[in-house]
Formats: sequence, C-alpha cells, structure tokens
Amino acid sequence: MLEALNFRVILEYMPLYLQCFAATLWLSALSLLGAILVGIIACAMRLSQSWFLKRMAGIYIESIRSTPLLAQLYFFYFGLPSLGIMMPEWVTGVIALTLNSGAYYAEIIRAGIQAISYGQIEAGISSGLSYFQRMRNIILPQPLGMTIRPMLGQAIVLVKDSSLLSLISIMELTRAGQMLTSDRFMPTEGFLTTAAFYLVIYYMLKVFSSWSEKRLVFQETH
Amino acid sequence: MWGFYFNELVHSLPFFLKGVWMTVAVSGLSLIFGTIIGFICGILRTSGNTFVKLIIGIWVDLIRGTPFLVQVFIIFFILPSFGIELEAFPAAVIALSNLAASFICEIVAGGILAVPTGQREAATASGLSGYQQLRHIILPQAMRTILPPLVGQYVLLVKDSSVVSAIGVVDITRVGWLAVQRVPEGLMVFGLVGLLYFAICYPLINLSSFLEKRMTVVSTRL
Repeated sequence: MLEALNFRVILEYMPLYLQCFAATLWLSALSLLGAILVGIIACAMRLSQSWFLKRMAGIYIESIRSTPLLAQLYFFYFGLPSLGIMMPEWVTGVIALTLNSGAYYAEIIRAGIQAISYGQIEAGISSGLSYFQRMRNIILPQPLGMTIRPMLGQAIVLVKDSSLLSLISIMELTRAGQMLTSDRFMPTEGFLTTAAFYLVIYYMLKVFSSWSEKRLVFQETH
Repeated sequence: MWGFYFNELVHSLPFFLKGVWMTVAVSGLSLIFGTIIGFICGILRTSGNTFVKLIIGIWVDLIRGTPFLVQVFIIFFILPSFGIELEAFPAAVIALSNLAASFICEIVAGGILAVPTGQREAATASGLSGYQQLRHIILPQAMRTILPPLVGQYVLLVKDSSVVSAIGVVDITRVGWLAVQRVPEGLMVFGLVGLLYFAICYPLINLSSFLEKRMTVVSTRL
C-alpha cells in the first residue's frame, strides 16, 4: 500500500500541511485555555450555594453534553449572523470548541474537587488556615494531580474535534487534506498525511499524560 | 419575520423526522456492530496471545489518535481507489462501527482486568473450561464495570453520528444544514436540531448515571 503513495505530491504540499498543522495547534491551544477557564467558572457555579447559579450551570453543562459539537458549531456559525453578530470563521470555531470542552472540563474539575473528603477541609480549618490558604495548599493541589489524566484526555478530544472546523472552511489539518484531494484528486495521499499529523499530536499528548501521571500524582502509598 | 420562518420550519418538520430516523438508523446499526466487535476484541485483548494484543493495541491507538471526520473521509474517499465503491450510508455505518468497536474494546478489556485474579484461579480449580469461565464467572462480574461507560459510549456514538453528515448522509445535522439554506434563521433551525439530539441523548445520559449509581451500590454491598 505504501508504494501506491505519491510522496512527491505530499512533499510538494508539505508547506501547506505545516502551516495547517500550526493552525490546528494554535486553534486548539486557544480553545483549551478558554475551555479550562469556562470549566472552572461553570464548576464554581455548580458547586455554589446559589440556587440560580447552580441551575444555570446545570442547564449549560447538560445541553452541551447531550448535543453534538457539529450541531453547536453550526448553531453559532449560522445563528450568530442572524442576530447581526458578524465575526471571522475562526472566532466562531474557537467559541464553539471552547464552550463545548468547557462543559466537559467543568465535570472533570467537579469530580476532582468532590473526591476530596470533607475531613481534610475540617482539618484545614482546625489548623487555623484561612480560606485562601486551604484552597491554595490543601484543596487545589489534590484535584490537579487526580484530574491531570482526564484533563489531558479531554485535550486530545479537543484537538481531534478541531477537525470539524474544516467544515466551516477554516484552514487547518483536515482542510489541507481536503484541498489536496480536490486539487489533485489524491484522497489517499491527502487524508493519510492529515491522519499522520494528528497522530503526532496524539502521541505527544499521550506520552506527556503518562509522564505527568508519574510526576504529578500524589503517591498515597508512602 | 420570525413567525414566517417558524411556519416554514413547522412545514419542514417531516424532513427533520426523517433525519431523526436516519440518525437512529446509522447509530443503531453501528451500536450493534460496534458492541459485537468491541466485545470480541476486548476479550481477545485480555486473553489472546501477544501478537493479537499488539495488533489490537495499534488499531485502538490509530482510531483514538485521529479525528472521526478524517476516518470518515478515509473510508469514503480512499476505499474507492482500491476498488471498493461505497454509498454514503454503508460508509458511515462502517466508520462509526469501527470507532465504537475501538472504544468498547478498551471498556471491555478494562472491565475484565478489574475482576480479581482469584476468581479465574478458583474457576480453573473447579475445572471450568475457558469458555465456561468467561461465560459464567468473568463476564457477569465484569459487566458491572462495563455497563455504565458502555451506555456513555452509546451517547458519544449518537453525537459522533452527526459527523457523517459531511459525506452527505441526510441525518438530523444535514437536514438542519439544508433547512438553514431556505430558512436563514440559524438559531431557530439549529436550536431544533439540538433539541432533537437532546431528546435522543438525554435519556441515555441519565441511564448511564443511574447504572453507575446502581452498580456501585451493588459492589459495595458485596
């Protein structure tokens, strides 16, 4: 199968691929940052005392989790202009990705925080630590260790989901494959190269995930 | 204008229902194939020889490491150049079954590994054959770990099925995309699309968390 590939054409399109690889990377990185931020806010709302905030976060998380990203993407892509809001495609794409992954991050962070036993908070209070000190030194470091793996898992999902942005004509890796396919009618070369680039990101994140697991997770066995 | 568009949308409701049927058909078929293949691969992964394990491991990594959209394109555009012509519908079912199988394989393998080794040793000591062990001892216990994430995987399956609209399968997302060309009111059209997905996914999500609670109760009682 490999000898059937036309490497000359792949090499010819390599600058385009590298450019699109960079685009996928920064689009995902931007969305990832936004998603973690949204996730922290939504999680704080969900765990808050206020009935209203809880309800709002619940509606947000449930509605994102039970609809596909592509429908959300089209919702923003076709919906925002009908409200009179015009913005470049990549902004729409990043907004959709951010809001989508934000809901999943909210759940991951919540699971991490709720896994801490209440006794630790009580112990912190009776040791005379302030709220900020308890948060900084006792509560937050624990979910960070516990949630690093699901968080990186969600980051992998986000990078893969960014391929859907090609459907609203944003230049990224999948779009590069589509261009090679339509220009030269070489779908094999086009999409296998695209897949190879995604695998590079996937393996990097996977290696980082198992490294951080060893490095960051608090070993309770000591 | 909103009232007019709303009427238009009500008139195209039959098309949306056809789209729902298509989504249910694609994801339902893939669910059946994916579950069967996934269970076989999961069992092979835990009991087969090293070579089989390696092959399954590489396959799972390849599927997990590339976006589903790229997989759909590879199956739909590349297979014809090897002489296998596929309509959009079978291509979609193949791609989605393949995706589901790789994830279910991991879930099943994880569930089987979670059964204590003492159980298998006791079964061997009681003179049960390999098949009998699997059928009567290992799988019934593993199901407790497998079932909640399995239902969760079905939710992902329904959501991922939206991606096959990119190769022209007329599912809910595609109907929305077609409708928005006539009714230029994206919020309304894709609000309806989201609602339809919600109607399919939300009961499944609840079933998954119900199973999760129930299964943990059972395991703590034992």
